[in-house]
Amino acid sequence: MSIDLNACIGCNACVVACMAENNIPVVGKQQVMHEREMHWLRIDRYYEGSPEAPDMLFQPMLCQHCERAPCEIVCPVGATVHDEEGLNVMVYNRCVGTRFCSNNCPYKVRRFNYFAFAAEERRPAVARNPEVTVRARGVMEKCTFCLQRIAAARIDADAANRPVGAEEVQTACQAACPTQVFTFGNMAEGGQVVERKKSPLTYVVLDDQDTQPRVTYEARIRNDGSGAGA
Amino acid sequence: MTPFDPVALAGSNNPDMTDHVSGIALRSKAFRWGWIAIVLPAALTSVLIGSILYLFYAGVGIWGIDWPVAWGFAIINYVWWIAIASGGTFISALFFLTRSEWRNSINRIAESMTLFGAACAGIYPILHLGRPWLFYWLFPYPNTMGLWPQFRSPLLWDFFAILTYVISSVVFWYLGLLPDLATLRDRAPTRGKQVLYGVMALGFRGTSTQWRHYHALYGVLAAVMAPLVCSVHSIVGLDFAGAATVGWHSTMYPPFFIFGAFLSGFATVLLLIMPMRRLLRLERYITGRHLDVLGRLLLTSSLFVGYGYIMDAFNTYYGGEKAEITMYQERLFGYYAGIYWATILFNVLLPQLLWFAAVRLNQLVVALIAIGVIIGMWCERYTIVVVSLHRPRLPSAYGLYHGSIWDWLTLMGTVGFFVFGILLIVRLIPVISMFEMREILAPRRP
Repeated sequence: MSIDLNACIGCNACVVACMAENNIPVVGKQQVMHEREMHWLRIDRYYEGSPEAPDMLFQPMLCQHCERAPCEIVCPVGATVHDEEGLNVMVYNRCVGTRFCSNNCPYKVRRFNYFAFAAEERRPAVARNPEVTVRARGVMEKCTFCLQRIAAARIDADAANRPVGAEEVQTACQAACPTQVFTFGNMAEGGQVVERKKSPLTYVVLDDQDTQPRVTYEARIRNDGSGAGA
Repeated sequence: MTPFDPVALAGSNNPDMTDHVSGIALRSKAFRWGWIAIVLPAALTSVLIGSILYLFYAGVGIWGIDWPVAWGFAIINYVWWIAIASGGTFISALFFLTRSEWRNSINRIAESMTLFGAACAGIYPILHLGRPWLFYWLFPYPNTMGLWPQFRSPLLWDFFAILTYVISSVVFWYLGLLPDLATLRDRAPTRGKQVLYGVMALGFRGTSTQWRHYHALYGVLAAVMAPLVCSVHSIVGLDFAGAATVGWHSTMYPPFFIFGAFLSGFATVLLLIMPMRRLLRLERYITGRHLDVLGRLLLTSSLFVGYGYIMDAFNTYYGGEKAEITMYQERLFGYYAGIYWATILFNVLLPQLLWFAAVRLNQLVVALIAIGVIIGMWCERYTIVVVSLHRPRLPSAYGLYHGSIWDWLTLMGTVGFFVFGILLIVRLIPVISMFEMREILAPRRP
């Protein structure tokens, strides 16, 4: 995945789309004030310049699907592992809830079910996505790159005896984004995401941690107007 | 009382000591102070049971843990208790190997402290889990799910370390009790006590063959326990150092945690023996020498821990990593700074008073210093767990943490349970290891 920060306007459509797609529970005001919101994808905001007229910088932050994932080596029960496509997957059934993975995640993108948030939610069963597991109390969860959509595309591709196409899968955040910030695809088949990652603006967050994330960001270029009229 | 007192005051002898110590355990009526002393610990033990039941019913959300501080009181209390427990093993096993004669009159209480400290510590990692009923998944056993634990995780090493430590502490404690249980059996005034202590003594009759085997086994176990206490606490250190988390990723942690274990262990032993010698009239066998030795040990381990704090700061600033320095500045001057400076005050500065022999023998001051150290060690773990976690690498994930009422009730509950256990020990078994005291006392009344 590549995320173009030049395009992001911080509208949060991706956040809402992610919650709808992945059956992410709404925890309510009390729990949000207790810093227990469950967003798999969040928009980080940073401010630059004077407090009176700050420059706002947005950065969508989600599981970076690290190749050398710090979360994986600290889980005693192997509840978070790599799959053969390079995704960092969470096996809810194995999770006993030590929360060590969250402590060791440099990006802090893991969310924990402190209570049975999903069960307590007043949402009819038909309002949930039937393709996505509803998580129980005491397990960790995080962004899956919309694994259910990848799986559906893989089944289609297998039936037709062909590889999954470069842009065959769209994640929920990508589909909802009005400014096309997200580019996602099967890099083995080339396509746009491969081109984007070649951009000189491309960087990874917290490069010094050597986590080798599969999400890259394209740095923002701003025209501050200082060169105007020269 | 002077630092040069012998380990048992002049005129002490075997028959008197055995009469006195076994008399305490075999009393038909409890001490009057015993009834008063046990009320609060018993109440707190019920609070502990209640808060555990509510935890299992409602989930770990009843605690203060949040995002990004996903570990809280459960881990702090676990490390705190296992450290207190380790100090007891250190006294009973290591000073057995060095043949320090002063250890004989306090090793029973030190081992009992280990036993209940380890029990309090042992429940926390299980309570800490989001799904505590599945804790046994950390154990490598053949199962229908075809799953094996993940051996790279420090938590798995920790699981083995605690399990080994708890089991061997119980065995070591019980083995050390056998000859004394046999003495109680032989002196029991009623048939019921005779049978009870007789069964517990496992047929120990004091034949020379039994003693030979006994001494060999005890020596071997002591030689196993002394390094084990270091390994278990190194592993606790690795629970943190094994992660790449800000504030935890340090090679210093394993020895640093061992120093902390000695400090809190010695402080707790001091806190236990001072009321014990008065209430049970054991001044004859627990003398100024014991207070002096333990005071010196407390001071020494305080200096070690102080060295650890200095090196922690040095490594952070010399290492120069921005996230580490930001977190450390927050530790020194931020929201939780009071807890850090309390740690320094209680663990390093106050124990410096023990340089003076007069202070080491002043029981009130020693008790205050010991209580200070026990609080200080808890604050140290609070700093390590909470303050490190609340300043992660990404500024967008900064957060705060406060313990909830259930956190505090569970902590107080384990303190009550610990005291409750010690009081039971005092009532039911000899508080001084009689057979080991006999090795250093005159064989008969003068």
